[in-house]
Amino acid sequence: MPFNYLPLTDPQRREMLGAIGAGSMEDLLITIPRELRAGKLDVPSGRSEWEVQQHLAGLAARNRPLSQQRSFLGAGVSLRYRPAAVDHVASRSEFFTAYTPYQPEISQGTLQAIFEFQTLVCELTGMDVSNASMYDGSTATGEAALMCVRATRRRKVLVSGTLHPEYAQVVRTYAWGPGIEIVTVPQRDGGIDLAALDALLTGDVAGLIVQVPSAFGGLEPVDEVATRVKAAGALLAVVADPISLGLLEAPGRYGADICVGDGQALGNAMSFGGPHVGFMACKEPLLRQLPGRICGQTADSRGNTCYTLTLQTREQHIRREKAASNICTNQALNALFATLYLGLVGKEGLREVANVSLQRAHFLAERISQVPGFAPAFGIAFFNEFVVKTERPAEEIVRALEARGIVAGFPLSRWFPDLAHHLLVSVTEANSPDDLDAYVEALRSNHLAKVAV
Amino acid sequence: METLIFDKSISGRRGVTLPAAGVPERPIESLVPAALVRKEPPGLPEQSELEVVRHYTRLSQLNHSIDTGFYPLGSCTMKYNPKVNEQAARLDGFANLHPYQSPDQSQGALQLMYELQQWLAAITGMERVSLQPAAGAHGELTGILMIKAYHESRGQNRRKVLVPDSAHGTNPATAALAGFDVVTVKSDERGLVSVENLREHLDDQVAALMLTNPNTLGLFEEEILSIQQLVHDCGGLLYYDGANLNAILGTVRPGDMGFDVVHINLHKTFSTPHGGGGPGAGPVAVGPALVPFLPVPAIEVDEQGRYFLDADRPRSIGRVKAFFGNFGMFVRAYAFILAHGAEGLVQVSRDAVLGANYLKARLQDAFDVPYGQPCMHEFVLSGSRQKARGVSTLAMAKRLIDFGIHPPTMYFPLVVPEAMMIEPTETEGKETLDRFVAAMRQIASEVESDPDLVNGAPHSAPIGRVDEVTAARRPILRWQPPR
Repeated sequence: MPFNYLPLTDPQRREMLGAIGAGSMEDLLITIPRELRAGKLDVPSGRSEWEVQQHLAGLAARNRPLSQQRSFLGAGVSLRYRPAAVDHVASRSEFFTAYTPYQPEISQGTLQAIFEFQTLVCELTGMDVSNASMYDGSTATGEAALMCVRATRRRKVLVSGTLHPEYAQVVRTYAWGPGIEIVTVPQRDGGIDLAALDALLTGDVAGLIVQVPSAFGGLEPVDEVATRVKAAGALLAVVADPISLGLLEAPGRYGADICVGDGQALGNAMSFGGPHVGFMACKEPLLRQLPGRICGQTADSRGNTCYTLTLQTREQHIRREKAASNICTNQALNALFATLYLGLVGKEGLREVANVSLQRAHFLAERISQVPGFAPAFGIAFFNEFVVKTERPAEEIVRALEARGIVAGFPLSRWFPDLAHHLLVSVTEANSPDDLDAYVEALRSNHLAKVAV
Repeated sequence: METLIFDKSISGRRGVTLPAAGVPERPIESLVPAALVRKEPPGLPEQSELEVVRHYTRLSQLNHSIDTGFYPLGSCTMKYNPKVNEQAARLDGFANLHPYQSPDQSQGALQLMYELQQWLAAITGMERVSLQPAAGAHGELTGILMIKAYHESRGQNRRKVLVPDSAHGTNPATAALAGFDVVTVKSDERGLVSVENLREHLDDQVAALMLTNPNTLGLFEEEILSIQQLVHDCGGLLYYDGANLNAILGTVRPGDMGFDVVHINLHKTFSTPHGGGGPGAGPVAVGPALVPFLPVPAIEVDEQGRYFLDADRPRSIGRVKAFFGNFGMFVRAYAFILAHGAEGLVQVSRDAVLGANYLKARLQDAFDVPYGQPCMHEFVLSGSRQKARGVSTLAMAKRLIDFGIHPPTMYFPLVVPEAMMIEPTETEGKETLDRFVAAMRQIASEVESDPDLVNGAPHSAPIGRVDEVTAARRPILRWQPPR
């Protein structure tokens, strides 16, 4: 059977073998020991393009995407509006079929886009320098922990108990190899416990990782946290939601030394959890400890302004075992999605996206608290996600509302078994006022139905 | 050149309209603590949709890409990225699926991941697969941490990871990131791991040997069976860097060579687009010894054929990434494997090997070929002869740009002076290979007749030779608003 991605014809193959001076393909494989040769691979037979397309459409149809439901599910990934031009432009072959811009003379498109991405990240976070991207928010957080250790030469990192648990797990995995100690600062009323933080901030602490808004949606007391971390001579790494930074203070302005986060919300598809994009930025004194690719401005031989990868002596292909990280391939295309998104929504648009999310979330939170059987779980201020205390187990409520085409949120019991009556609810600009009404109505009738039984 | 988007910004413009809140609004100060109310908005550009589209479309035109020209960048496997894969990844049922939806609502995605794991296990000859790592280097970290967990589970704290001098930089960087001491193993005169030198480093402190096979010189490690025996005999494990897996699909499997863990670059061998530097995907496949240590969650299927996630794996190294990995890449890789099938995958590797050997044969009189044996999917030339005439590999690489061809990987591996690492991939026709041969031969003759022409290259790129030294000495890493 012919394969459409393989252009060589049999006569051409023979001609090429002739040019090589080989009698057959086998002559080219003589360096592979006979006894190692594989039998037929246990994978299906090849299919035509139409069959491939049909098969994948069939698998996709076995999923029920959020686009077909009213969704209040967030917890690190959110359904937000993706302007049409984002995917359209980022899908240009010249972007997505190029690789890392090792040859700046023929990669200025990618390089300038990275330079713009770095600028956007600095503008959002209030940091001095940004890298070209990380795999995602969780791995950027892991790298932030390692960066604190390199920069301070201390071996312990504190992690807020309100950090996204999957991020915290990644931090632990990253820290385990080099033997860095990770200590969790407990949460109290949905926020970081400041008294516990005081007790844990000893002289051997390299840094604290805190998320704003937190995994519970809470707006942490950043001033109090920053003052304490500074006093202990440690670094403050903030995990931020980039959309929220349209309204919330830039972490660089309240004392963060490192700011990381996930850029899925910036024009990237949810895509069942990836590919998204991590961002990572820091204050200037930490620049040499920043992992990953960095793009810089320079000039060409004709004096034109242009861009190139730079400061590569931090990186694995130059420094090998002495590199700041092993990262090589990152998430450049997803960073381009974010760049396009921010370019399109612009200064005013980002504020609006943040504000619509904030206002609708607070409106919904209040409405839900009026439904019997539901109450705010924590007193802490929040942005666009909040935790509802539920009379019945949250998991049951999610299951019941799924049947009505509503994804009610994230039951926190999946992260914390002792929070079985806690539901994390997320609201974005992609939840219309009509969605909010339907949600409240469903909670109300579902509750009543249960009571009647 | 294109002005930065920030310098094109006109206050008051916007590129997309957004919905109004539609609910009673409250002052931000009443909802957000004072310390967190933003005083100054981020300086995002303000532009119309057309201007944004035009800006980035024009930028795209400054790039070389697979879809615009030959891209024989060694070790990166710049093969064609099929368009049906792009279509599939954008299907509503995949693109708009949230990782925390219930398994009832995501059976299609879980099935795809489960089957992809099975296929990758079959292709690599391994027992189990985790799709979680986001890229090759991330897969390496996952694999090396599993090796660490394995030794610890046996009460051993082995300190050393052995890495050949021809290895990718990610190998030693990964071992160091995982807390190991890196020990370099020398190559011999045939470009292969020196078994003699390897023996000298083998002791009860060796946790693993990391190996790429075929190696970065494009050569198959012929003594792999004795190498694996030696390492295993001293209690160490073997790590397979799958960067060069494209050479051996259906020909030989890492599991059969004795490797204990493999990472697979879906963005190389399995055609997912490189995206200007990512996203990649770096699944790891393991042999029986390492199964208990795989990252969580695992994807399982029950007797009713229902797929589910299993996070209850007490000996797991934990999580290496939030959620399940770069799922969008899994869709594309799945489509690639399905399109080729078992027979097609074999042909992929055969054609990749044939193309590389063809180029080598047609260039061997014009350039130095450091190693004579047949190569696999890539090969390395040395520009030493041309360097002696005053023209470096860098200059020749830049000259290739004038022919519309992306330069090969240069100055790597480090064991070959003035190295040019060339990987054509199976998706290039003979006409393209012949054009490359003609360009390379012309450049070789220009080195003799007109070295200045080569040294001044590129002549036809959007910009001239870039000053990378100044970029590093005086770093300008972001746009600054005019004062």
